[in-house]
Amino acid sequence: MTAETTIHKARKRLSLGPVLYYWPEDQLRRFYDMVAESAVDIVYLGETVCSKRRPLNSEGWLEVADMLTGAGKEVVLSGLSLIEAASELATLKNICANGRYRVEANDMAAVQMLAGKSGFIAGTTLNIYNTHTLEKLARLGVERWVMPVEQSRDILSEFRQQMESSMEIEVFTWGRLPLAYSARCYTARNHCLPKDDCQLRCLDDPDGMLLRTREDDSFLVLNGIQTQSALTQNLVHELNNPDIDIFRISPQSQHTGKIIKVFHECLTGQQDIDQAAVVLESFMPTGPCNGYWYGEAGMLAGCSAS
Amino acid sequence: MKLVCPAGNLPSLKAAVDNGADAVYIGFRDSTNARHFAGLNFTNAQIEKGLQYARDHQVKVFVAINTYPYPSDFTHWQNAVDRAAGLGVDALILADIGVMDYARERWPELNLHLSVQSSSTSHEAIRFYAEQFGIRRAVIPRVLSLKQVATLIEHSTVPIEVFGFGSLCVMVEGRCFLSSYVTGQGPNNFGACSPASFVRWQETDRGLETRLNGVLIDQVGKGENAGYPTVCKGRFEVMGKTGYAIEAPTSLNTLPILPELLRIGAAAIKIEGRQRSPAYVKTVTRIMREAIDACKADPENYTPKQEWMTQLAALSEGLQTTLGAYERTWQ
Repeated sequence: MTAETTIHKARKRLSLGPVLYYWPEDQLRRFYDMVAESAVDIVYLGETVCSKRRPLNSEGWLEVADMLTGAGKEVVLSGLSLIEAASELATLKNICANGRYRVEANDMAAVQMLAGKSGFIAGTTLNIYNTHTLEKLARLGVERWVMPVEQSRDILSEFRQQMESSMEIEVFTWGRLPLAYSARCYTARNHCLPKDDCQLRCLDDPDGMLLRTREDDSFLVLNGIQTQSALTQNLVHELNNPDIDIFRISPQSQHTGKIIKVFHECLTGQQDIDQAAVVLESFMPTGPCNGYWYGEAGMLAGCSAS
Repeated sequence: MKLVCPAGNLPSLKAAVDNGADAVYIGFRDSTNARHFAGLNFTNAQIEKGLQYARDHQVKVFVAINTYPYPSDFTHWQNAVDRAAGLGVDALILADIGVMDYARERWPELNLHLSVQSSSTSHEAIRFYAEQFGIRRAVIPRVLSLKQVATLIEHSTVPIEVFGFGSLCVMVEGRCFLSSYVTGQGPNNFGACSPASFVRWQETDRGLETRLNGVLIDQVGKGENAGYPTVCKGRFEVMGKTGYAIEAPTSLNTLPILPELLRIGAAAIKIEGRQRSPAYVKTVTRIMREAIDACKADPENYTPKQEWMTQLAALSEGLQTTLGAYERTWQ
């Protein structure tokens, strides 16, 4: 690793993914005030997990978007991942028709609304597993692709070798991995509440509810209708990877500003990556998992040296 | 409302045909379909026999090619499409956009169905596949309430197939990485959830432990049923309480809502379980056939017979059934 710690490509950028948890409005606004001052280049905004969470209304989100744009950030509006109700389709339609910001499609309903109309981003929950699929979507307007989290660096490399069109590729670089979505709300279930009367209990858990095995291993995180890994993926050692254009940091309630700073310093050659990896590990809620990236079970530590 | 039944082998296909299926769905013996289990699925010779048997009884045969190929494997999926087309099957059940694009270009006359593995839960998502690839039916995930299914059918230009019975995926199909997170292999990238090679059953002082790639999924005492260790149906600890934090072992059973499914215009009802035995296929097909016929004959006065419910429960995970997401209180 030591020979490769200098970063060569200036065009590599940092992004901040959408906040996957439910934070109250004041916390969310303070968070984005911090983000405005931070070194991320791209910010994805919006509710992608549960339509019952409304920390901001659509005008509120656009206010934050404008504030971040003013601070020099590229803003992308992210759509909901699992669409069930007609009202959710209506909200998605408004997001897709916003006219100012590019949209991250996290469901094929959004792809249908955006196809052929404007350039957009294919989010991590779209099932894009091969270049035939990605090329088809590129012809319909996809300009950037966020790779699904279960895919490895070798798969990414196959994509790069086979792709004919130019495509920005973004990788989920830091955070607890989104693993599944359901009709059922597990936060409500574990509070013994029906989903229709969930009392917005997600507000109690700014980083989701930890689920442990009966051997006390931190295993998963329940985040409303979404299930995440309890462990944190950290691909800081991939900042040199020529196949990746954009490195996504997924927000967490603590340390996000510090995490951005460390990644930025590594990208700009101000910090040694091996040392940074040690610092970053202290920002993980429960520990690391990089298995997917190395083609293994996602929960495994994987190999940290590329 | 057509009845679509699973077959993991020729005896199951015959059982489905003999007991009243309108269509049977099958897969090739490899990772191109979402029931990629050892000893399961069909060779070409078996498909030809099965097709003949089904044709002789006016039953349709669908082939599921509903997993997601990685770039270097894509030609294998293309070959599967060519193979199914060459056999003259009645429809392909597809999930991957690239594979669909290929099938549409190469075999424009082929009847394409959208697999549940495509995670299409709205009429807008389904419209995408209809406009781009001319799909003629969509199988929808088990995440919508009955009312939401009705709204989707009302707005969809494509006939909708719904799940009627079988093991319950609690997560939206095609977007669940729980199995691959634990084992590296899951429905999308391998065609199986919790592959058997990662499963361990072990008697201990504390009871029978079930593990998936080393992770303790459940631990059952004497006299308790030990379910197959899928992550979503294990017992875990959340906020100091241990239990089925996601879902208990249970199967979907829609017999109580058949009149509603008929009324809202579901084009077909699907039984899960290509991995199950011919005896399972026989019993479930027979009961669903009887129930659908009774429901069509007199929807107002239809109620599921107790013996149907009992027999289906006996074939269910954890010996119990649920209406799942169709019923909002489940959610």
